[in-house]
Amino acid sequence: MLLSKEEVLHVANLARLSVEPSELEEMAGTLSRVLEYIDLLNELDTESVSPTSQVVEQHTVWRSDVIQDSLSAELATQNGPQVVSAMFVVPKILDGGGQ
Amino acid sequence: MAGLDWDAVEMARRVQSGEVSALELVDASLERIAAVDSNIGAFLYVDDVGARQSARRLDSELTRDQKKSLPLAGVPVAIKDNLVTRQMPTTAASKMLQGFMSPYDATVVERLLAAGAIPVGKVNLDEFAMGSSTEHSAYQVTRNPWDISRVPGGSSGGSAAAVAAGMVPLALGSDTGGSIRTPASYCGVFGMKPTYGRVSRYGLIAFASSLDQVGPFSRTVRDAALLLHVISGRDPHDATSVDVSSTAPTVVVADPTQMRIGLPEEYFGDGIDPNVRTQVDAALETLKGLGATLVPISLPHTRYAIATYYLIANAEASSNLSRYDGVRYGFRETAPDLIQMYSRTRSQGFGDEVQRRILLGTHALSAGYYDAYYLKAQKVRTLIRRDFDQAFESVDLIVTPTVPDLPFKFGERALDPLQMYLTDIFTVTTNLAGLPGLSQPIGLADGLPVGLQWIAPALEEERILGMASALEAVLPVPSWPMQGGLSR
Amino acid sequence: MSDNYEVVIGLEVHVELKTASKLFCGCANLFGQDPNTHTCPVCLGMPGALPVLNRDAVALATRAALALSCTVHSFSKFDRKQYFYPDLPKAYQISQYDQPLATHGQVTIRTEAGPRAIGIERIHLEEDAGKLNHIGQRLGDATGSLVDLNRAGVPLIEIVSQPEMHSPEEARLYLTELRTVLSYLDISDLRMEEGSMRCDANVSLRPLSYTGSLADLPRVEIKNVNSFRNVQRGIEHEIIRQRELLEQGIRIVKETRGFDDAAGTTYSQRSKEAANDYRYFPEPDLPPLVLDAVWLEDQKNQMPSLPEELRHQLAAEGVLPRDVDVLVQDRALYGFWRQTVAIYPDVKLVTNWLLSDYSRHMNAKGLSFDNPGVSAPHLAELLALIEDGTLSGKMAKEVLESMFATGESPQVVVKRLGLSQITDHEAIRLIVSQIVEANPAVVADFLGGKEKALAFLVGQVMKATKGQAKPDLVNALLREVIASHV
Repeated sequence: MLLSKEEVLHVANLARLSVEPSELEEMAGTLSRVLEYIDLLNELDTESVSPTSQVVEQHTVWRSDVIQDSLSAELATQNGPQVVSAMFVVPKILDGGGQ
Repeated sequence: MAGLDWDAVEMARRVQSGEVSALELVDASLERIAAVDSNIGAFLYVDDVGARQSARRLDSELTRDQKKSLPLAGVPVAIKDNLVTRQMPTTAASKMLQGFMSPYDATVVERLLAAGAIPVGKVNLDEFAMGSSTEHSAYQVTRNPWDISRVPGGSSGGSAAAVAAGMVPLALGSDTGGSIRTPASYCGVFGMKPTYGRVSRYGLIAFASSLDQVGPFSRTVRDAALLLHVISGRDPHDATSVDVSSTAPTVVVADPTQMRIGLPEEYFGDGIDPNVRTQVDAALETLKGLGATLVPISLPHTRYAIATYYLIANAEASSNLSRYDGVRYGFRETAPDLIQMYSRTRSQGFGDEVQRRILLGTHALSAGYYDAYYLKAQKVRTLIRRDFDQAFESVDLIVTPTVPDLPFKFGERALDPLQMYLTDIFTVTTNLAGLPGLSQPIGLADGLPVGLQWIAPALEEERILGMASALEAVLPVPSWPMQGGLSR
Repeated sequence: MSDNYEVVIGLEVHVELKTASKLFCGCANLFGQDPNTHTCPVCLGMPGALPVLNRDAVALATRAALALSCTVHSFSKFDRKQYFYPDLPKAYQISQYDQPLATHGQVTIRTEAGPRAIGIERIHLEEDAGKLNHIGQRLGDATGSLVDLNRAGVPLIEIVSQPEMHSPEEARLYLTELRTVLSYLDISDLRMEEGSMRCDANVSLRPLSYTGSLADLPRVEIKNVNSFRNVQRGIEHEIIRQRELLEQGIRIVKETRGFDDAAGTTYSQRSKEAANDYRYFPEPDLPPLVLDAVWLEDQKNQMPSLPEELRHQLAAEGVLPRDVDVLVQDRALYGFWRQTVAIYPDVKLVTNWLLSDYSRHMNAKGLSFDNPGVSAPHLAELLALIEDGTLSGKMAKEVLESMFATGESPQVVVKRLGLSQITDHEAIRLIVSQIVEANPAVVADFLGGKEKALAFLVGQVMKATKGQAKPDLVNALLREVIASHV
């Protein structure tokens, strides 16, 4: 298998997804099969090929530094699952987290 | 149900001339939805009140001259539910966005409204546009109007089915690897993925940002051209949108005798359903009869396209879908702390296929694998683009089957993701290369539609539309399914 | 710091740019507003929203890079840095990874041993995150947090130094000089307390026997310290902590630590090894940034004189070396000085007054040179009154104090307090004559050769005139009157 159960757990953690222990084996299997298929790309020597990350040829697309209307705090937070004093509430943060 | 057998160009003309009111068209559309959609399941949300209100306003508040300036005056349209709308909820067919009300309209929606179109509702898709069958919606399946035991294709299955079953003449869809063209082919309608950058992505819920494009579904070529015209052009809110000189709203019919059309050998090999092959061959004969020159060509890196596509699309998706974290909008599962809130929310809010793709994409970008997967795929993407560049040195257009097979039955491919991914084998290449592609209905096989795919160089949509129009004029386009007594 | 270890310090400084709108959307870039009143679909990370780059943010970043002698690259691009945190709406920060805006710059610090160049590795543009308000006293005890996204998307530049500082003092000098240079560009408020300038310090101790690469040394990052002084304190504590561990043979763990202001110590936040894999990849929503020579020239033309140039200029104008640094370090002070000297061109007098009495009164009132309370024209006027003899130096100090208190012009204060030196020769001569006559013994002493006796007489005259006589005039008249008495 190209992706071990441990690796699936690691990736799930990075992606903030939880994979049930009972599903782990199957998930590792499914993803491994896809990765095996993807292995096909290794037939190609791409040493001297430059990568394409965008297909649009334009560059330096920018806007003037002009203020546009913001949303009202009410509209900005109208979809919030939990909102207090126009701020989004999140549960207790355990470790430092962040950047 | 006056008027539903007209195409959008005809509807708008009649609204402009006062022969029919917008309200009559909207009513007809809503009645048809009520009559047939319980069997098809195209719509996730029907805004009958809002649509009728807009229609009445258009009818009563606009002068004839004002109506004449609206190319889609009074035309009912359906909008794929991954395009955000202020007046209707937007879910991307995900539990994650149940009840979500966008504070803004997607640019394409703004442009539709400015053109006088009347959105009647939001249509189904595979969750976050990830799929080729519209089976992966958190809310409902959409059935193929030609055979309701079969899938409509995806991910824009709702858009294709709504147009195919005559509920609306036009619909917007989005295409990341074939999500417009595959369902267009399966449902027997026109569906175009424009050149990357031609249509603004602002307000399109991102799946894979470097591949996504919004495009039209229609039952005539001129409708596809008109809708494309309405939604095209540079948008200050999308830095990747390009400044295209306005396309003519009506199709310039191309001269087939001046056209060299490439047939890539990689798209005509084994693995194609013989029924599909027969129909495609017949269409090619017709093209030849019109005077077009058919040229065998090669796009040698085609066999790497699916692998390349799934790495790039899922890597970008894993990033684009990170914002669904239960903090600012959408679904949240309660939890004692932040990390658990994140993982419970995301595991319960996203469906299985979405989670699989996020995992795959995250893996492809993670430390130690970036070069082997993501960077490798970007390099192969360059090779695939070069294939097309070289091909277009000797031909004006390329045609291929849109999909290698006929619409499949529900559940048939759901068990094996890889097999599902291979449905897109002929469509992903244009997304990788950023080129325009159109699926044109060319006939029925076993009572199921078959589509022909046109591919052009970047920003040469007119060339495709011109040739598709020439073919449309001589090919009997399959009449719609579930007509309920309507005639064309 | 130690015989066995070399201290290695690198600093990462984040500076918020003073644009009108945010980096990728049109929301106003303002501090201290009501929560979530300056947000839109883009900076809220709403489904479907897309970023569009603010040209002026690139302009300000370019000027910072040029001022810090960086190479500004004609091609740079944006990347996504991915991690989940409630203040980061998209769960990725748009930043620049492998092709930043600028690299290879420097900041010259003036150490006691002389000037030394500290390298700048890179400067890149990125968006700021929002703010979290914790419910409860500290993050650890909080029952939850409140998210305000007004700051999300504010343009930042990150300035990454080379690990080339070797003491807390050098780190402080680097920060001070960096802030000075940036202050002249007027691209940021540069307020540590408001977060418009933030600093993370990477500290490691290199055993002198260690010959491997610096990058491989276990490095501790001290995050988000809120003042220059605390950066210095944090580094000082970290050096002590790490040395103690090393001397006990304990391995230093690569980690992120916070600084506890009250205790003066650093504390572990999370270990970096276990933490994030940022999964950078090119931002597909933003085309690359290509800056041509015309653009660079244009930015150069919009830049003011920079501190290094000003230092040379001031020295040439006769400002004492020790005063030059003080004047240049604070851009507002320098501006005030320049304005005063333009009206009253006695460089020495202006500098002395500004750096002593004037600064003292200003600081006492809690003011700064941005809004110092007494204007440059008023100060110049005051100095002119000394020169023309209207005020003695001592009186002028009194007048200045009153000017700070009331905001009045020196002329008004002088009139109100009835202060002005008596320069009328005849009036003073009369008083001098009275004093000479009333103190024959002292006059005799003076005539006998005791020069000091004259000082007593001067004092008596000053007393009689309530200090309003000009001392050198009194002196001259005393000699004259005594001579005529003999």
